[in-house]
Formats: sequence, structure tokens, C-alpha cells
Amino acid sequence: MFIIDYLKEVGGAVKSLLKGMRRTGYYFTHHKEIITEQYPDNKATLNLAQRFKGEVVMPHDEKNEHRCTGCTACELACPNGTIKVITQFVMTPEGKKKKAIDKLVYHLELCTMCNLCVIACPSDAIVMAQTFEHSVFDRSKLTKILNNPDSKIMDGVE
Amino acid sequence: MYRNTDIINEGSQSPSFGEAGDLVINVGPQHPATHGVLHLVITLNGETIKKVEPHLGYIHRSIEKMCESLTYRQFIYVTSRMDYLSSHINNHACALCVEKGMQIEVPERAQVIRVLMDELTRIASHELWWGAMAMDIGAFTPFFHAFRERETINEIMEDTCGARLTMNYMVPGGVMADIHPEFQKKVKGFITLFKSKVDEYAELLTGNIIFKNRMKDVGVLSKEDAISFGCTGPVARGSGVSCDIRKWYPYEIYDKLDFEEIIETAGDSLARYMVRLREMKQSVRIIEQLIDNIPEGDFQAKTKAVLKLPKGEFYSRVETARGEFGVYIVSEGATTPYRIKFRSPGFSNLSALDHMARGSKLGDLVAMMGTLDLVIPDIDR
Repeated sequence: MFIIDYLKEVGGAVKSLLKGMRRTGYYFTHHKEIITEQYPDNKATLNLAQRFKGEVVMPHDEKNEHRCTGCTACELACPNGTIKVITQFVMTPEGKKKKAIDKLVYHLELCTMCNLCVIACPSDAIVMAQTFEHSVFDRSKLTKILNNPDSKIMDGVE
Repeated sequence: MYRNTDIINEGSQSPSFGEAGDLVINVGPQHPATHGVLHLVITLNGETIKKVEPHLGYIHRSIEKMCESLTYRQFIYVTSRMDYLSSHINNHACALCVEKGMQIEVPERAQVIRVLMDELTRIASHELWWGAMAMDIGAFTPFFHAFRERETINEIMEDTCGARLTMNYMVPGGVMADIHPEFQKKVKGFITLFKSKVDEYAELLTGNIIFKNRMKDVGVLSKEDAISFGCTGPVARGSGVSCDIRKWYPYEIYDKLDFEEIIETAGDSLARYMVRLREMKQSVRIIEQLIDNIPEGDFQAKTKAVLKLPKGEFYSRVETARGEFGVYIVSEGATTPYRIKFRSPGFSNLSALDHMARGSKLGDLVAMMGTLDLVIPDIDR
């Protein structure tokens, strides 16, 4: 009786192994079902999700104008101290003093892409960009100034 | 210093060393089978395990202390870094706790989206566990099969939440953004794909005789021990303990949903394995019920600009892929919490490892650790 049980077990083992190997054989002969992406080679055709959180950027229009009022809502919303808003007072054409941003400093090396600054912004001045290759040779290159030099605030954004 | 063999030969009675003739080996902190920086000091007699002593602290980031300096909106993202495989469910627990304190009504649409995302995360987590556990005990192919299906979920997450692993999609009062227009189509596509592939899993691994012999009667945890060690999730349910938070303390819309709590009574590694495999099918069942019935409405409740929890203590718990995850907030009425405590499932589940490993062979330890589904940053916040 022991011999029969033993042989049954061996038979079952061979059967289960063959079952698994059938799966392996199936994919060995069906190349089209393999979904490997050849990453650096397919860079041109790579489709990233629209909402992908890569880094914070400040979009500028063709007149080099942004929408940031310097209200520091993003700075307060950030959990890591990634964003620092440096403001200055500029003279408006009417001769009034007005607060505007001098620099919006963004530390990419501290950023966790949590999106809290973007949803906190009342004037939609900052958005998430879809870039994802952030490696650089020098750490100081990760500290970015988001507003372009000599950029101004758009008309009508308060 | 404590690995000095002289001390062992002298027969020191120090708890770390054991008796004369025992061999003390270290598994980890850099060991591929521990999936992270878990350090196990194992006392062996020949090849039989006499004692397993987990040493923690290699990935301690003092997340609980960090949360004390973050506001109630900000602290949620940190919990993604604990159990990174069910980060969405961790965030859910935090959002629930803040909502409980602030008494925010979450719109029904947001609740449905949250549950859908939770279940997708649960499937993704179990898929990764299935592949990684199979690889631990020597089957390499399942890893690729599991990651292929998991990739589909990751793409769905990327579309809607903007990230693949640390989504940070939950905010107090709802979710951060509405679902992607193609969300429903993609999820339905995933369900059809998953249903055709889940039988493949059984063919590849579950029925395999080598796999069965390595899992059966290995790491047996009785029902009483599972309760006394505080095990939750699939580990406890594999030992016959009914502990699904979704059934016992339903949150969001789980009480209206039709799904089973999976319980196996054997208590060995195979039982824990089967619980997770069957749980994936239940998650698919929940998604199928909801995916066509996402109600219209807001995805986020209107909340105050600055959240201040009233003075008091708040606790909320959810069922993550690994077990019960609890968030305990003590508030002094300020914008930041006075104290936060996280009850993570991995820590309690790990504590049972010593008990179940005693007396078994060293090779079986990997199978036990695999079916405990340990995520080290969750154990060691």
C-alpha cells in the first residue's frame, strides 16, 4: 500500500510540474503577449499620464508673465519646506507700492511630489510637470528658481 | 561584540546567546529574503531553530514624532512611507480619523472612489506579495506574472492619482481630484484580465507539489496564539480568527457591499497563502459592484482652510492588505496634533515569527516570513 501511495505522489508531482511548464511553454511561443518596454529606446514614444507628478513648475505665457501673487499659500502647505517664496515691493504704474515675488525657490531634492502646494494655490500659478529624470551631477542644480528672470505677474490676477 | 563565539562556548545564559553548542547566525539586515532591513538573530541547534530574535531600528524615521510638527492636511502623506504597498489605505485611515474629529461628511462619490482605490491597492499589494514570496522560496517565474498584472493597476493609479506607489490621493473630506475619464474603462479592462490570469496563478504555483510540500504544516500558528500575539489580517484569518475590520467595524460604504471574509483554519503557511489568493477575488467582487455605480456629486467636501481638531482623542482603523491599521490622534485644539500613534499590522505579525519558527528547520523560516507578508518600513516606522 505504501508503494502505491508513493507512486501516486510521484505521478501527481510530475503532473503538477508539467502543468506549470505548460504555462511557461505558452509564453515561450506567444511573443506578442510579452509586454516588456525597452525604456531608453522608446523614449520618443513614451506616454506618461497627464496627472503624473514629476516636479513643480510655474507656467509662463509668451509675454513672460506668470500667475503667482506671492501669497505664500504653497509655502505654508508644503510639509517639507520645499518651497520658499521671496517677495519684494514693486512700484505700479499708478505709483503705488505692490507686493510681488522676487524669487520662488523650489528645492527638488526635498520634494515628495505630494501635490499639496498645487491644490493650495489660489491662482493656479504652479502645476506639476511630467518630467521624471531628475538625476544631476551637482546637488546645487536641484535648487530651482521657478519664475523666469524679469517675469511679471499677469494682468487681472489678484 | 555580542557575536563573540567565546561567550557562546562558555555556555552563557544571556538571553541572546543560548546554551553551549548553539550556533547564532544573523539573517539581515541586508538579506534578500527579508525584503528590507530586518535583522533576525537566529539561535540554531544544528539546523533546528531554537529562537528567532528580530532586531529593529534600521529604518526608523520617527514618523510619529514628525507628524507632531505637521498640520492635519500635511501628515497624511507621511503614512504612505510606512506600508508603501498599501499606502492608499494608510492615507485612508488618517483621513478618516481627521474627519471623525472635525465631523466632516464625506460625499458618497468620494466614499465610492476611496473604496475602489483601496481594493485596487489591496490587489496590487497581494500580487506583489505573491510574486515576491514565490521568489523567496525559489520559484522565479511567478514574480514576472504577478508584476505584469500589478503594472495595470499601477497605470490606473498613475492616471488618477498621479503617482504609482505613494499616491497621496486622500485629503480630509474626500479625495484630491476626480477620477480620470478613462478610469472605469481601464478598471473593467483590468478585471477581465485579472480573472483570466488568476487561474494561471493556481496552475503555476498553488498546485505545484514542491511548493505545497514547502508550505504545508510549516509555521503553524494556532488560533489562540494568533489572538495573543495581536495578529491581524490574512495572518490571523489563516488561523481561523475572524478579524476583518471591513466586516466588524465597517467604514465608508463597506457595510452595504456584498463580500465574504476569507477564513482558513489550518493556521500554516499554505492557509495564509490561500487566504490572500482568495481575498484578491473578493476585492475584484467589490470592485465589480461599484465600478458601474459611482454616484454623481462632489469628490470632496467643503472644509475649512485651516483644520483644527477639537480637544480630545480620536481613533480610527482600517483593514490594509496586511491587517488592522489604526491611527490614534491626541489633540490639544491646535493646528498640529499633540501626539500621533500608528498601530501598524506588520509589527504585531512579526512578533509571532519567533513562536511559529521554534523547532522548525532554518529553510522553512523563509516560507514563514514570506507568508507573514512583512513590509519593514511598516514594522519600524
